This record gives sequence, C-alpha cells and structure tokens, in this order.
Amino acid sequence: MSSRDDILKAIRQNKPAPAALPALPGFPPVTGDLVTLFKDILEEISAQVVEVDDVSAIASALATRYPNCEHVGSASEYVAGTQRVEEGDDPHTLAMLDLFVCEGTLGVAENGAIWVRDSQMVHRAAPFLTQHLALVLHKGALVGTMHDAYARLQIDEEGFGIFIAGPSKTADIEQSLVIGAHGPRSLTVVLYEENQA
Amino acid sequence: MNHPVAAAQFNEDVARTEWHDQALWFVREKRDAAMRQVPEWEILRETASQIKDHVLSRLDDYLIEFEAHAQANDVRVHWARDAVEHNQIVFDILQKHQVTRVVKSKSMLTEECHLNPFLEQRGIEIVDTDLGEWIVQLADEPPSHIVMPAIHFKKEEIGVLFHQKLGTEAGASDPAYLTEAARQHLRARFLAAEAAITGVNFAIAETGGFVVVTNEGNADLGVHLAPVHIACMGIEKLIPRAEHLGVFLRLLARSATGQALSVYTSHFHRPRAGSELHVVIVDNGRSVQLGREAFRTSLKCIRCGACINTCPIYRRSGGHSYGATVPGPIGSILSPGIDPKKHRTLPFASTLCGSCSDVCPVKIDIHKQLFQWRQVLASEGHLAPSKRRAMRLTGWVFARPRTYRVVGRLARWALRRLPRFLIYARWNRWGRARDLPEPPRYSFHDWYLKHRRTP
Repeated sequence: MSSRDDILKAIRQNKPAPAALPALPGFPPVTGDLVTLFKDILEEISAQVVEVDDVSAIASALATRYPNCEHVGSASEYVAGTQRVEEGDDPHTLAMLDLFVCEGTLGVAENGAIWVRDSQMVHRAAPFLTQHLALVLHKGALVGTMHDAYARLQIDEEGFGIFIAGPSKTADIEQSLVIGAHGPRSLTVVLYEENQA
Repeated sequence: MNHPVAAAQFNEDVARTEWHDQALWFVREKRDAAMRQVPEWEILRETASQIKDHVLSRLDDYLIEFEAHAQANDVRVHWARDAVEHNQIVFDILQKHQVTRVVKSKSMLTEECHLNPFLEQRGIEIVDTDLGEWIVQLADEPPSHIVMPAIHFKKEEIGVLFHQKLGTEAGASDPAYLTEAARQHLRARFLAAEAAITGVNFAIAETGGFVVVTNEGNADLGVHLAPVHIACMGIEKLIPRAEHLGVFLRLLARSATGQALSVYTSHFHRPRAGSELHVVIVDNGRSVQLGREAFRTSLKCIRCGACINTCPIYRRSGGHSYGATVPGPIGSILSPGIDPKKHRTLPFASTLCGSCSDVCPVKIDIHKQLFQWRQVLASEGHLAPSKRRAMRLTGWVFARPRTYRVVGRLARWALRRLPRFLIYARWNRWGRARDLPEPPRYSFHDWYLKHRRTP
C-alpha cells in the first residue's frame, strides 16, 4: 500500500467522532477612521507613511523620501523609477535594487498589512531583494480586520499573494529589535486620495 | 534526556537563570498587551479551537481535498509515513535537480525529522536562514525555543561565535551590527541556492494552497530565487477554508511575539514560471496521537510558543533541558507520544499551574494532558525507581488512616524538634531550594475530635 493510503487509513481508524464546523461569528467591525488607524499602526511597526492628494505626486514624494537611491525599480504605473521590473528578468539581477516600488491590493487597518499579488510585484523576489520597499495604496482600499480582508480577497486568484506588514525585522539576538534582517531596511507606504483608474 | 537533571545544571548559574526567566516573561507581557487590543479575543480562541476540532474529525477528507486542489495548481504532493521517508523524498527531489546548496527557513518538522544531518551526510550544504536558527546552526546546537531558537544565547556569546565563524570584530556584540553581518553573509547564500525548503503554517483544503509566516523575509528570499521549493508539513496543518485564515492569523502573531501580524504572511498556490513547487505531507506518529483520546487535541497546536513563554518551569530550565524538538508544555504532551521511555520525565516538568492552557490560542487543555500523561507513564512502568518507590510508599500510608495519623504526628514533631542539618539532609529533595513550612500544632483530625466533644 502507498504511504498516502497508509496515512489516510490510519487517520480514518483513529479520528474522533464528527465535530461540526462552526460558522464564523460576526466579529465586531473596527471602530474609528480606517486611514487614521492604518497610519498609526504602520508607524508602530516601523513603517513610514506618505500621503499624496494625487497619483501624479507619488514619484516626487518617493524621490524626496529616498534621495540617495540610485537604482529604483518600479512595477507601478505611477512611478517610472530608473528601470521597469519586467517579467523576463532573471530575479537574481534585482539584488542591486536600492528601492522597489509596486502597488498593493488592499490594506488592513488593525495590523498595517498590505496585500500584494503576483502580478503587482511582477517578480516575487523583488519586494525582498530590494534594500528599501515602497507600496502604493489607494485610501479607499482599506478594510478593518483580517476577516474583512479575506472576505474581499480571492487568495488563489494568482499563484502567489502576500500580506506585508512593515520592513523586514528580527529580534533573535537578545530580543533587541533590528530593522532590516534579510529583506528591506525600510517600508514606505504611499497612500493616495484620488482614484485615477 | 532527564529533565530534572538537565534543569538542575541550568540552574547552577543563578544570574543566567534569572536573565532567561525575564527574557521569556517580557515576551509573555507583549502577548498580553496585544491580546488586550482585541476585545473579541475569547471568541477568536473558541472559534479557532472548534475549527481545529472539526478538522481533526475530518482530517482524511481535508487532506484529499487539499491534495486534489494543489495538484490542479501544478503543485507536486508527496506523502511520508515517517521521518525516514520524509528525508528520502526531500533528498530524491534535490538529487533529481543535482542540488548541492539548499537554504531553509524555520520548520520544526524538519528539525523533528533531523533533515539537516541526513542531507549533510549526502554532500548537500543546508543553511538555516532564520537568524536565530542560523545562530544555533553555527553553534552546532538544536533550537531551544520554537519561535526564538537562540533565546538562550547572550549577545556577547553570539559576538564571539560570529567572530570565530564569520570574522566579525572581536568583542563586538551590538545586535544591529551582528544582524547586519548575518544579512551580508546569508544574502550570498540566498543568491546561490539551488533549492529552498520551508515549513507550512497553514494549508488550506479549499484552495490547495499554504501559508508561511516570517518576520525576516527569509522564507520568501529563499523560495523566490531558487528553482525548487519544497514545503514540508505535518498532516495536522490543515484548515478548511481561506476565511479561516482570518481567525488563526489574528491569534498567531499576537500569541507568539505580541505583534498584530508577522511582517510577511505568504500565500503559495502555484509555482512561479520555470520553477517547481513540492509539498511533503508527513505523518510521523501524528495519526497515532490522533487515536489517543486524551491527547489528540495536542494536534490542534499552531506552534505559537505562548505556552512556552509563560511556563515557570521552561523559563527557569531552558529549552535544551527538555531534550525534545518542541520544548515546554506543548512539547511535553507531544513528545511522550513519540517515545514514552525517552521523554518520560517531561510531563513532570510542570507545576500544573495551568498558565499554558490559559494562554493557548486554540484552547488545548495542556496542563490536564500533562497530568494524564503522568498516569499513563506510571501505569506503563516508565517512572524512575526513586519516584516509583516514593509514590508506592505515599499510597500505602494514605490508604491506612491510623498509620497516616502516626506519621503526621511524627513529622510535626520532627520538624519542630530536630536540628536543621537532619531535616535538610540529603534525602530531603524538596528542602534543597526552600524551607519547609512551619508545622501546625495539631492536625485537622485532632482539632475536629476535640471540638466535637465540647457540648
């Protein structure tokens, strides 16, 4: 018998009596202004927030925030950067990026997480290899809790999707928080007002 | 491994024991603060607990559903009965691709299966990329904690280790400096890796995908660069639907480190173009544990480590004293199921205070199971002879009221009259670290008899 059949057979013999799957209770919604909550938690988790009124101001806001970034890769239509991040590239070449810019799908006010899909980052490695990361998000794309987020998202719509909540960090040496473990040393979230789409 | 012996060794350094205790308690306090931010915390715990109970009762169906959806998404699914088969499957995949350099993010399952030495013996270089895991790998030690593998190290010791192994400045112990050194060193490993191995935090039956959580981004750096990704998961990692992720993710990071969410929560459904994605589903004793009525709910564990951080025994004895892949209270109810003889002292490494059960995000009654394991181990004859003799003697006295009263009187007399050096002689293990209580003048039995006679 195959291992698969062995394991399934052992489970069938040993599993407990049926227990019902609970319906998810109506969790209380987040109270307060989502944008304010989102900004506050982002600052708490060592991310920076930049607000712009119009998408045309995103590129200059990032240039001000990161004046010394030489190689700026972009997968966002709002930012030209010094290079487009294209599908055909070898992801290893992205290791020279100082800043990578892409758009997010939605943001979660309770924890500062931003959902980014495969197609938004173009290369899955890009948000991790870059020294700094900027995520562009429309203010209307905020939800309160993770329950709201999963109600809105279809997680298998694309091959990969991720919640990013802050810059890469570690506290593995004596519980001391160090920003910039293996991934980006900073995260800037650009929140824009108008929907230009 | 004998927990009391190893714990006694740990306790010889009083200052260090105190430091370790405080480090863990600090994490417990962060967890408490994060929990208080969520008014519906108890509803979340109850929901999570019920979802996991349901999954265990239909685990076979969900595994089949997961497999079908994963395969439809071009994910290759493998099944392993035990650690040996798991290691062989991983090795075969690596060999097929002629891989010699592997990066691995944190996975307690591969620790449990001792994958690293297995691959190293076959000429494959495997690097643990979580900073804490890399530190213990460089030191040639097992992790001492499931979330914070190097929590037992002082920064000065890590400074010495890095100086020896990486050539960092002698005497340097600044965490930011040491982390930067690790970043530079490991980046080269990420870029050169030919395969990446990760664990799995949650596998979703409905979509055939899985979720991996890290703070450092090391899992993602590995798998998005290497042409082969192998994800290893225990059979118990399943949840039915995507919406259930909301429940578990709200609990996991808050319980583990006091964060509202870990920095990276990655959802894998299909391999990226030109790469392979493998999932190895591992039993390794879990289906047997599923059949143990008293202990099956231990399989609900989501490996947050909250019970470990709160445990007064763990905090004062260190992770290595348990001699098991998963230390602390949850490990002490999982490990005896794998090898009762080897892990016979672990269910006794508890005061049964119940703090572990109080903080568990999926409401496992850990302290009750610790107590039940003691009975199982005793009835199977796994207790140490000294403990067995003491229990037999105590039981014999308790079963004889007259003898009990005489012994009680003798003890009260002895405690009052005998000199200290006799009371605290070698045989008195209880009195080694604390004074015995002042004996009462008479027993409750005497008191009752006296007062009943008065009209």
